[in-house]
Amino acid sequence: MIDFELTPEQKEVVAAAHKVAEEMFRPISRYYDEHEHETPKELIDKLWEGRLQGSLFGGLDMTAALRTEEICWGDAGLYLCAPSPGLGGAAVFASGTPEQVQRFLGNYNEDGPKWGAMAMTEAGCGSDTSAITTTAVRDGDEWVLNGEKIFVTYGKKAIEDSEGFVVVWATLDKSAGRAGMKPFVVPAKTPGARVEKMEKKLGIKASDTVTIVFDNCRIPFENILGSPEVRKMEKGTTAGFKKAMATFDATRPLIAAQALGVGRAALDFVRETLDKEGIEIRYGLHRQKLSALERDFMDMEANYKAAKLLTLRAFSLMSQMLPNSLEASMAKAKAGLAVTKITQKAVEIMGPLGYSRKCLLEKWMRDGKINDIFEGTGQINMLVVARRILEFSREQLK
Amino acid sequence: MISFSPTEEQQMIVKLVRQFANDEMRKVYRECDENGEIPGHIIDTAWAMGLVSSGIPEEYGGPGGEHSAITGALIAEELAWGDLSMAMHILSPALAAFPILEMGTAEQKKKYLPAFCEDKFKAATAALIEPRFGFDPGSLSTTANLKDGSYVLKGQKCFVPLAKDADVLMVYASEKGKSHGFIVEKGTKGLEIGEREKNMGVKALATYELSLKSCSVPNENRLGGDKGYDFSRIMNCSRVALSAMAVGVARAAFEYSKDYAKERVAFGEPIASRQAIAFMLAEMAIEVDAARLMNWEAAWRLDRKEEATKESSLAKAYTDDMVLMVTDRAVQVLGGHGYIREHPVELWLRNGRGFATFDGMAIV
Repeated sequence: MIDFELTPEQKEVVAAAHKVAEEMFRPISRYYDEHEHETPKELIDKLWEGRLQGSLFGGLDMTAALRTEEICWGDAGLYLCAPSPGLGGAAVFASGTPEQVQRFLGNYNEDGPKWGAMAMTEAGCGSDTSAITTTAVRDGDEWVLNGEKIFVTYGKKAIEDSEGFVVVWATLDKSAGRAGMKPFVVPAKTPGARVEKMEKKLGIKASDTVTIVFDNCRIPFENILGSPEVRKMEKGTTAGFKKAMATFDATRPLIAAQALGVGRAALDFVRETLDKEGIEIRYGLHRQKLSALERDFMDMEANYKAAKLLTLRAFSLMSQMLPNSLEASMAKAKAGLAVTKITQKAVEIMGPLGYSRKCLLEKWMRDGKINDIFEGTGQINMLVVARRILEFSREQLK
Repeated sequence: MISFSPTEEQQMIVKLVRQFANDEMRKVYRECDENGEIPGHIIDTAWAMGLVSSGIPEEYGGPGGEHSAITGALIAEELAWGDLSMAMHILSPALAAFPILEMGTAEQKKKYLPAFCEDKFKAATAALIEPRFGFDPGSLSTTANLKDGSYVLKGQKCFVPLAKDADVLMVYASEKGKSHGFIVEKGTKGLEIGEREKNMGVKALATYELSLKSCSVPNENRLGGDKGYDFSRIMNCSRVALSAMAVGVARAAFEYSKDYAKERVAFGEPIASRQAIAFMLAEMAIEVDAARLMNWEAAWRLDRKEEATKESSLAKAYTDDMVLMVTDRAVQVLGGHGYIREHPVELWLRNGRGFATFDGMAIV
């Protein structure tokens, strides 16, 4: 039955997350935007303490998405500081054996805060992930990793500041192309893995985005996720690459949920400001009678709704164990674009209030843009959508 | 719990209507558009499917069951996917039947509903739109004044589907500044049906202008009687119906241009192998789905008898833009061929443009 009602549990989660976002994230939002690379230690500790009473983070289901939206309504950069198994954890869940899930995530809740990062992008390849050059060579019962990964979200927190880990995508055999790509778990403080550079960014400044260099970095043989076997590029043997893509089916809608949070923050700000000014949005009125402001606002709101429903649909399919690649990319593409449009328009509508750093709107515009970029740019997601609807292979549609 | 899956019963209806749309409507849509006529057997077959009578209680001769806006939206999308003119013709009787079913007095239901449960198609319609710039359903120029126990209706209406054949017309008019519905029967003195209109699209749908020249109807013909009725709910039900139809038209255009782009070879490969084309198609696919989901949410609220003005207005405004974007792109993907009337995409563009104008011309 078509239904849009949250479960009682989901309503509770949303309410709790909203409270946290409002009380813990919003008050320090501006500070950590202005103090890039400073660690919000107090927030992290509080979140870590609270992790067992109804975890605020982690999870890849619809409830997690709803919670994520609320937290990112608070602050999308600080959201990325929250201790979490993160994308690394998602990769372990998607590609690891039950034993590996237990080994890498089983003790997650013990001791101090931890993060699980994912290292895919390299200087020479972003969206074209199959072109990675980082290598993994077997040496007895170890793998030796060499290469450089950039744009690793909370990479520093994962391997320097905590006992977390980073999932590194490396190739076992470059000539095997995508079939040779494998994910490896590199635990924190492994010799040979070091954080080299912290990026200075347009937005989500509270989140560390780093370069990690792997210099003869040795990890146990068992840290390869999935099968170590490389079969040459025959049809259907791109299992390694496919696993990376399968991870995206889960994480892309989650990025969409982050985008929704930022977009709604901007919408709420505009609505509240209009309310204070006594300006009403007249929904039932015929369109040509609406003011330009009303039309703009309704367009922003509709885009938010469209993105949200596409996102929830992607999660709904996932929870039914149905394929959702198409819907995941639709949600990501739409949400990335929607948050970009909504926040940019909001800055315009609010004028000086929008552009000034006294308010958070300009920050949301900078923060929101990342959602149209990471976990696959809007264009890459459009490409995925296009291939799926056309039933074209990557050779048929480049 | 959030779910995007229609019930099994709804899936069955969708399958049935989709098959009818594909096997019957799609066979004749072009000649209907050219000739301005819809074959009787199409109307009869659709009528026999009980799309209008569903939800009418057994005491009035209907099959009973619950009237659902979501089910209505699902049906409207499929019919409009087949052809918009035919969809509007087939569902036109609902323009009178549904407001009476939901908001009519006991006497109104008893008097008018049984006709919609008969075996033969019952032409009925609604007259809302007025032929002037700045038309707004919330502030109508057509007036209704109570005089000697009767309402006297004065004004001009246009885009009234099937007005000439309709036995019952739901005429909307302003009484003391508020929009009300009045049940006007065929042949009522002062009701003058004009020439059939000529429009850019929906050419197979017979629409008319009509004049209400001091047209007098008994006071018990005001929809809902003394209790009145919920005009905004009627408008919201109409928005959902029209949005669903727009999604149907857009989906038709998307599918057709997608298939074409896969077949059409230029520079040695299908044009769909170029991102310039593929990305247009991807955006069309996303927007069709997004609009449908927004409209479902509005319909869902209507089914729960909740306030849905915001949701249905947002969905309608979004869908009006979407259907134009998608049908225009479909023409663009086909290029010169899209402009030629041998392909359906130009027809869908003409029909798609109409949704911003079609207020109150369909209802679920």
